[in-house]
Amino acid sequence: MSIVNADGSILARDSSVVGNLDMGTPSVLWNVAKKCFTVGVISLTVSDLFASIVPVRGASMSPTFNPKTNSLLDSLSDDRVLVEKLCLSNYKFSHGDVIVFCSPDNHKEKHIKRIVGLPGDWVGTIYDVVHVPEGHCWVEGDNSASSLDSRSFGPVPLGLVKGRVTHILWPPHRVSSVERKTSRNRVSPS
Amino acid sequence: MLPTLNVTGSMLLVERISTRSGKLRPGDVVIFRSPETPRKIVCKRLIGLEGDQITYVVDPQSGDRCETIVVPKGHVWVEGDYIYNTKDSRNFGALPYGLLEGRAFWTLPCMHAFSVKLVLFASNSSVLAWKMVKQPEMSFKLCNKGKI
Repeated sequence: MSIVNADGSILARDSSVVGNLDMGTPSVLWNVAKKCFTVGVISLTVSDLFASIVPVRGASMSPTFNPKTNSLLDSLSDDRVLVEKLCLSNYKFSHGDVIVFCSPDNHKEKHIKRIVGLPGDWVGTIYDVVHVPEGHCWVEGDNSASSLDSRSFGPVPLGLVKGRVTHILWPPHRVSSVERKTSRNRVSPS
Repeated sequence: MLPTLNVTGSMLLVERISTRSGKLRPGDVVIFRSPETPRKIVCKRLIGLEGDQITYVVDPQSGDRCETIVVPKGHVWVEGDYIYNTKDSRNFGALPYGLLEGRAFWTLPCMHAFSVKLVLFASNSSVLAWKMVKQPEMSFKLCNKGKI
C-alpha cells in the first residue's frame, strides 16, 4: 500500500512487503513445525483409540499370517495387519478372535494369537483339561507346532489385550478380512 | 488402601512415565487393571518386583501363617495398605507388569462421588491422568510394607 500525493507522486511506500521477505524462512519453518505437530498428535490419537497397522513376525499363526515358512522372513515380506482398538472399551471378545496382547513374561513384547477359550471355559490340552479363570482368556497360535502360547505361559489376563486383528493389509494379493475360526471339539463353554 | 487414601474416595494424580521406563520401586502406590475384571482399575502399593522374595501373611484374620514366594519374571507383587480387607496379590497372585497403568504421586481431597478421567491426547499415550478411586474398605494404617 502506498500513499500517493494529489499530483500522482508517491509519498510513502509501505515497506512491510519487503520486510516479510526477510522474515520468510523462520515463519515457514514454524508453519511446517506446527503442521507436523498437529499431524503427529492426530495420528497418535487415532492409533491409540481406533486402529493401527502392525507387522506380524514369526510363523506361529501360519497359514493365516506369514504362510511362507522360510526361516529368513525379512521385514519387507512380513504381513501387515489392521488392529482395531474399539474392542477395548468393554473387553468383550468371541471365540476365534485374533488378538494382540502384551506377553505376561515381558511387558515390552507383543504377541498375536487366536482366542480359544473365554472366561469360565474348560480347554483341553494334551495332558489335561484347564479351567480358564475369570478375567482371563486362553490363546493359541494357528500353527500349533511352533507357537509360544497359553500352553506355555497359561491363561492371559484380558487386561493385557491391546487390540483385535480385523484385516490383512499387506501383501496386496492376500488383502482380506481375518475370519473367526473356532475349534469346538476342544473347548466346552461355561 | 486406607489410611493412605480417603474412605469416601480420593482423586489421584497419576503419572505414566515410571511404568513406561521401568523406574518403579517397592513402596510406590500404583494403579493397574484388575486381572479378574479388565474394565476395573485398582490402586494398591507395590511391594516387590520380579525376582524379589516376598513373605506375606496369608490370612491376617485367622492367624499368622506366612508364606514365602519369589515373584516370577515379568510380574510384580502388590498389596493393599489395609491387609484385613483387601483383594491383592495374596488373592490373585503375582501381577503381570503389562497390567500396570501408572504411579500415583499426589492425592487430592475429593468432594464429589463421580468418576472423572481427563487424558492428555490419547488414553494409552498420556503421561498424566486424573483418576478417581473409590475406597469401600475401612482401614487403619499399617506401616509401609517393604520387602522382608
